[in-house]
Amino acid sequence: MSNHVDTPVLANPEFAKTRRNMSYVLIALAPTTLVGVYFFGISALLVVLVSVLSSVAFEWIYQKLAKKPITINDLSATVTGLLMGLTLPPSIPLWMPVVGSFVAIIIVKQLFGGLGKNFLNPALVGRGFLAISYAAPMSTGFRYPLTGWLNVDTVSAATPLLRVNANGVAPVSNDYIMALFGNIPGSIGETAAIALLIGGLFLLITKTISWHIPVAFIGTTFLMTHLLGEHALYQILLGGLLLGAFFMATDPSSSPISPLGKILFGVGAGVLVVFIRLFGGYPEGVAFAILLMNLVVPLIDRFIKPRARKVSE
Amino acid sequence: MADSKRADFSLIKKGILEENPVYTSALALCPTLAVTVTAVNGLGMGIATTAVLTASCLLVSLLRNVIPNAVRIPIFILICASFTTVVQFLLQAYLPALNDALGMFIALIAINCIILARMESFSSKNPALNTTFDAIGMGLGFTLALIIIGIIREFIGGGAFLGFALPEAFPRTTVLALPPGGFFVLAFVIVIFTKFRDKFFSGKPKPAKVAVGGGCASAKACPSADCPAKDEGGSS
Repeated sequence: MSNHVDTPVLANPEFAKTRRNMSYVLIALAPTTLVGVYFFGISALLVVLVSVLSSVAFEWIYQKLAKKPITINDLSATVTGLLMGLTLPPSIPLWMPVVGSFVAIIIVKQLFGGLGKNFLNPALVGRGFLAISYAAPMSTGFRYPLTGWLNVDTVSAATPLLRVNANGVAPVSNDYIMALFGNIPGSIGETAAIALLIGGLFLLITKTISWHIPVAFIGTTFLMTHLLGEHALYQILLGGLLLGAFFMATDPSSSPISPLGKILFGVGAGVLVVFIRLFGGYPEGVAFAILLMNLVVPLIDRFIKPRARKVSE
Repeated sequence: MADSKRADFSLIKKGILEENPVYTSALALCPTLAVTVTAVNGLGMGIATTAVLTASCLLVSLLRNVIPNAVRIPIFILICASFTTVVQFLLQAYLPALNDALGMFIALIAINCIILARMESFSSKNPALNTTFDAIGMGLGFTLALIIIGIIREFIGGGAFLGFALPEAFPRTTVLALPPGGFFVLAFVIVIFTKFRDKFFSGKPKPAKVAVGGGCASAKACPSADCPAKDEGGSS
């Protein structure tokens, strides 16, 4: 069928760059994934696996049907699947990640033109679609860590964010340590702050991401929660904030180009997270905050253009 | 419309398929997205709109030589609003449940852009009979569009089929019952509809593909489904 001459995909420098960046992201996510699977056991592993495999499968199916070059080797669908899997609670029915992957890969990514053309973060839309559609399993699928490695039954547990923000329980020093090392109920990838920090630092050191968005995002959340009299440090250790700030908000195709734009993007997302967490109906708002800011990116890019000299790398 | 005096039945088919107001012109998206949470709502909205559309287009057509051009739009709206009021009273009297389900969207039929578009572009230039066919076609096309979207959203989003609830185990993908889901479903239905229409019902002299291939001499006669296949085999 494809006898028309095309640049060999592997020789394409853009492809090689994507592949390298994506493999760095996968390496950076490894500690988080391992910690999540350690604490939540086989069900977490299955959710992540199904999420990754279905994402790659949908990418392959779409490219096959649309008679486009198959680019699943660039690992971008793997990253999307892994990121989405990590934002899900460990005890949800396994068909849900498949639905999420369909939304993420087919609707958000491929229908808008494939890699680099999506204006929203695919993994987060997949998660948002599930969170809105299946509110009950998505908000009760959390459970206490280490409650039996093979246990796939849902023994619903309140996440710390729900305890702190909705029920007004003040964290004690032990809670900070728990949040740092991941011994808390939550989504698979949001338990251990330390694993996320290691991954984020790795991405910063390898220059896969720039510092602007994570620093502005986390800094704004810290400052605002502090000013509002909350336990600021606890607020940034918890929930999807670190995962979102390092791995999701930095998606190059759905974040601003210029450094100043990136800082604005991070500040906006931080403000939205604090508003949603403290005043909104959901206990956690990182996903929606990033998605809302994704929508503002074209505006930011229009008014804050990157300087001309930056173009010549 | 070379011979606009003659009755033209194909106008009905045209409104449903070739020029479906929702799927090809993206008209009247507000009621389309708002009321199609269930198929029955879509059907009710479609019939109510068809009734108003047919009656007002007919009246506009009859009065087309009397209406001054400068004030035609206010007169169109006035006619349409009058019939909308009649339909709303009828619904309130005989189908109060449907009236409650559709809410203010019944009153908003008065400013439905399909109706205004048909009055402006067709009824005000064509005789009564063809105008009626055109209005019925457009109304049926609108109704069909709403029912299809309604069935899909009701099935996936609300876990029911034509009002009958599915077993509890069937997952309800709630987002499809919400406004964003309306856009998702509409977009997918338009894609499928366009593909389907171009394949089977295209009124345009499109089959250039078939002609080039030359494998299908009786292109008009053969069911176009297997023509492209032959074509691909024969060409290249």
